[in-house]
Amino acid sequence: MSIHDALVAPFLDFEFMRRALAAVIALSLAGAPIGVFLMLRRMSLVGDAMAHAILPGAAIGFLLSGLNLFAMTTGGLIAGFTVAILAGLVSRTTGLKEDASLATFYLASLALGVSIVSLKGSNIDLLHVLFGNILAMDDQTLLVIAANATITLIVLAVIYRPLVIESVDPLFLRTVSRAGAPAHLIFLALVVINLVNGFQALGTLLAVGLMILPAGIARFWSRDITGLICIAVVSALMSGYAGLVLSFQTRLPSGPAIILVAAGLYMASVLFGSVGGLVRQLFPGRHLEA
Amino acid sequence: MPAQITFRDVTLGYDRHPAVHHLSGEVVSGALLAVIGPNGAGKSTLFRGLVGILKPLSGTVTLAGLGVRDIAYLPQIAEIDRSFPISVFDFVGTGLWRVTGIFGGIGKGSRERIAQALASVGLTGFENRGIGTLSGGQMQRMLFARVLLQDSPLIVLDEPFNAIDAKTIDDLLALTKRWHREGRTVIAALHDMDLVRANFPDTLLLAREPVAWGATAEVLTAESLAEARRMCEAFDDSAHACAETSRQSRAA
Repeated sequence: MSIHDALVAPFLDFEFMRRALAAVIALSLAGAPIGVFLMLRRMSLVGDAMAHAILPGAAIGFLLSGLNLFAMTTGGLIAGFTVAILAGLVSRTTGLKEDASLATFYLASLALGVSIVSLKGSNIDLLHVLFGNILAMDDQTLLVIAANATITLIVLAVIYRPLVIESVDPLFLRTVSRAGAPAHLIFLALVVINLVNGFQALGTLLAVGLMILPAGIARFWSRDITGLICIAVVSALMSGYAGLVLSFQTRLPSGPAIILVAAGLYMASVLFGSVGGLVRQLFPGRHLEA
Repeated sequence: MPAQITFRDVTLGYDRHPAVHHLSGEVVSGALLAVIGPNGAGKSTLFRGLVGILKPLSGTVTLAGLGVRDIAYLPQIAEIDRSFPISVFDFVGTGLWRVTGIFGGIGKGSRERIAQALASVGLTGFENRGIGTLSGGQMQRMLFARVLLQDSPLIVLDEPFNAIDAKTIDDLLALTKRWHREGRTVIAALHDMDLVRANFPDTLLLAREPVAWGATAEVLTAESLAEARRMCEAFDDSAHACAETSRQSRAA
């Protein structure tokens, strides 16, 4: 088997592979920058919690209209927004920490989702919800993913400055502007949009993977936020492409294959990264004059 | 001189317990005022009320012709995430918020202003360093550079010289006096009495309630300092509602 057969031919020969690649590119471009901000704001696990919070909305969409991704996406967005905004408002108005208030809301949401699903109880379709199916992208789903990615990038550009200042010095932003709280809530909404996007392709359990793992990889290669975002996007694209090839050649399920490749890149970065990588720490070189 | 800040019977506190109790008075425009008092006297609380982070439990604070967001405020304990990957140049540049807002660009003129601000605090050459690499004194110099860029007519500094070496204090004090000469109103919470005597014309001695307020030489007497220490008693969980306030509300 030539290199061309292994790496390029699957995408030339099969339309479902081309669609999967397009979906992965859209997910990487929008999700990785969001993941970088999640990491910098110490909200990596918040993203994971939010991924569970969208389940009841997706389940209701599924009950109402079957395996219609548009209905499930809308339901997921509504559930995710509700949880994100309620949790954000409770922590902003009462001083309860964001993680504590979010934990309450996402657990309630997850319990509700499981209850709704058990009322209907068809487990095979539920597997699709839980683990996604990036190899079964129809036109409508692909358009929804691309539209969500476009919205994410535009909105992120709009709130970028207050979001960065809110992350580094929230008290300062409060004393000069009212933009802090809206920027935070809009950011949470972007997290939800990208989770729903990821959940189409990777399922609720792995949706957050293409956001958080690339951010973690980038942290070992750059000290600058622009660099972090660029490296995160590139490593998400690499993981997506390599994961699809791996899944095609070995019959691994595609979602887990993508996340496993990203995890491999992450481990390599932990070892060899130029910023705080283990090898660098073990062999730091002689100390400098000044 | 017209009043820049007017406190009218201001009480500030947490969970109904006052930390600043019935403060009335004026800070004239262009004043250089030191706020002194023991730990727990309410200095930081007063500043938080002034810049609008804390709502008064009663009374009003009026700023002549200014919004609370026009004040340049340097908090005592900054909530800065020092691990955040941002350069000194970009961090100081956020001081231009009043000019740039959310979307405004940082053009050539702004870049020069940022470079000048860094030069004024002795941080030239630190532009591309991450903020996490700065020492405590360098951090404070950087925060002063941001205050400088905010170009505000009212500057509030909460214990700006804590844990800072003598050379840094001299440099930052010189900057504070420059702001005073430029006609800005500057209020600073301080603990070093000699520094206050030598540099600040006016002083407010606070011990939950104002003990003395006026020319520094008249405020900083042995009696008033002892009085302040005595008055600074603790938060009492079973405290009664303030009688003075209820008398006033009956009268009203």
